[in-house]
Amino acid sequence: MNYRQIMKDGLWDQNVVFSQMLGMCPTMAVTTSGTNGLGMGLATMAVLICSNMIIAAIRDFVSPQVRIPVYIVLIATLVTIVDMSLNAWMHDLYRVLGLFIALIVVNCAVLGRAEAFASRNSVIASALDGLGMGLGFTIALTLIGLIRELIGAGTLFSQASLLLGPNFAFLETTVLPNYGGVLMMILPPAGFLVLGLLLAAKRLYERHAARTAETVSQPAATPAVGCH
Amino acid sequence: MTPAFITTAPPTAPHAITANSVSTVMLTVAAALLPATLYGFWLYGWPSIFLWLITVLAALFGEALCLKLAGRQALPALFDGSALLTGWLLAISLPPWSPWWIGLLGGLFATILAKQVFGGLGYNLFNPAMVARVFLLISFPVQMTIWIAPLPITAATAPGFHDGLLILLHGIPKLDAVASASLLGFAKTELSRGIDLVHSLVAATAPANAFSGVRAGSLGETATILIAGGGLALLFLRIISWHIPVAMLVGIALPATIANSIDPARYLDATSHLLSGGAMLGAFFIATDYVTSPNTKAGQLVFGAGCGFLTYVIRTWGGYPEGVAFAVLLMNALTPVIDRYIRPRILGRNWRGAPLDPATQKVKS
Repeated sequence: MNYRQIMKDGLWDQNVVFSQMLGMCPTMAVTTSGTNGLGMGLATMAVLICSNMIIAAIRDFVSPQVRIPVYIVLIATLVTIVDMSLNAWMHDLYRVLGLFIALIVVNCAVLGRAEAFASRNSVIASALDGLGMGLGFTIALTLIGLIRELIGAGTLFSQASLLLGPNFAFLETTVLPNYGGVLMMILPPAGFLVLGLLLAAKRLYERHAARTAETVSQPAATPAVGCH
Repeated sequence: MTPAFITTAPPTAPHAITANSVSTVMLTVAAALLPATLYGFWLYGWPSIFLWLITVLAALFGEALCLKLAGRQALPALFDGSALLTGWLLAISLPPWSPWWIGLLGGLFATILAKQVFGGLGYNLFNPAMVARVFLLISFPVQMTIWIAPLPITAATAPGFHDGLLILLHGIPKLDAVASASLLGFAKTELSRGIDLVHSLVAATAPANAFSGVRAGSLGETATILIAGGGLALLFLRIISWHIPVAMLVGIALPATIANSIDPARYLDATSHLLSGGAMLGAFFIATDYVTSPNTKAGQLVFGAGCGFLTYVIRTWGGYPEGVAFAVLLMNALTPVIDRYIRPRILGRNWRGAPLDPATQKVKS
């Protein structure tokens, strides 16, 4: 298995949010600001890396008949650890994300990677897959959160120091001072709106890239015709 | 009918050909809105004219942009009048002195995100104008609830062409001098202050003012009589059928009458409900949208009654004083369900689709 391809899959080709459309519940619910998206993404990534590694390590001992309960118990244990750690050390963030941290257990992305990747690959490859998928998830959530926060409240990464410590207070920027705000962007409908528009943008870019690649590989052929 | 009447052979079974096309229907509806809109222009002056213009242009621009992006020919779809009508309906449901960006955002939102994203005319699940209005109301609750008292364009204190532009660009100066409350908003505020309707409404505008339209509100809700007149003209021209408007107005009036007769101090009377807010505009022009309402007559009755009843519920117990837009959107979402359960009876079969015996008209055993 090509490690580079694993990372590329996680970040772009098989991105949890933008390609696999998994984990929609946290994607919609917590992306009201960049900081919330980042926190949720990092927590999910931690669970994903650990669960992938453990499941890859025990893949030869678990019979196919009982694999789902085993995975669930493992993931639930890891999520509980993350949940309690956040509650202990980042209590303010926990008050925002609290409900959704526990729900990482049923995040399809975590169970999906256990089933599709970790249960049939080596520990190192699985750890890398967890990292790639987790990073892809984090980037997607942060991006959606930033867009919603910018349009909705005119700020970027507000309260980032709660998550990352006082050293990261410089991230907190107010882009538009005296901004009245667009309340709907903070409310759930905008989660769907922004996700849909980003999906459309990704498809558009991929189609454009494929067409460019086609033109480059066949210079003699007629250039790609537009939609007109 | 003589055989000579049929000039060309129908392609298959006899079809009645109508002269109606999409643009005929849309432009007829626009013409029916014209008297109320012009009267609204007169009442609210230049700022409202600019707002109407910018909203309609934004809606047309959004439509053209999406058609261009989708690689379709923009001009035919642009001139079918549907985007014009969407922008128009949105514009006359806004507070007449709103700032320019309210109209711009609303118009773009209506045609791009509420209509073209779903595939354009005929594919949208929800009424585009109402989606945009709800988006604006939720996003900008302050700007969307500033109602000004009417200030006819001929009045000495009314803003002229230049001042009207300034109001559009910079907002309303000396807001307290012109701001007012719509009847529904007023009733709700007074109730929450613990003053019952019997006392609060003595000072308020009586429903009679609703007919002349000299009261605070959007362009499309002040002159109830002109809106209803336009709606009746559409009925007469058979652009719309009576089912949705009548069902919707009954859906508002019936619970209002019952509640008012039980406790007049707590619940507004039916006349006030029918003549306030977007009730008439909603019943005749918005709920009757072909695309987002059910296909069968029985289904339309259910749809209209649902719109009316939900409007009453939201107005009376909801957080917002007006509920027509929310009610129409909720019933739009139910339209596929209504169409699934209420279907036309096929000739020779009963409602459930079981074949009938031609002789007895009973289900064959």
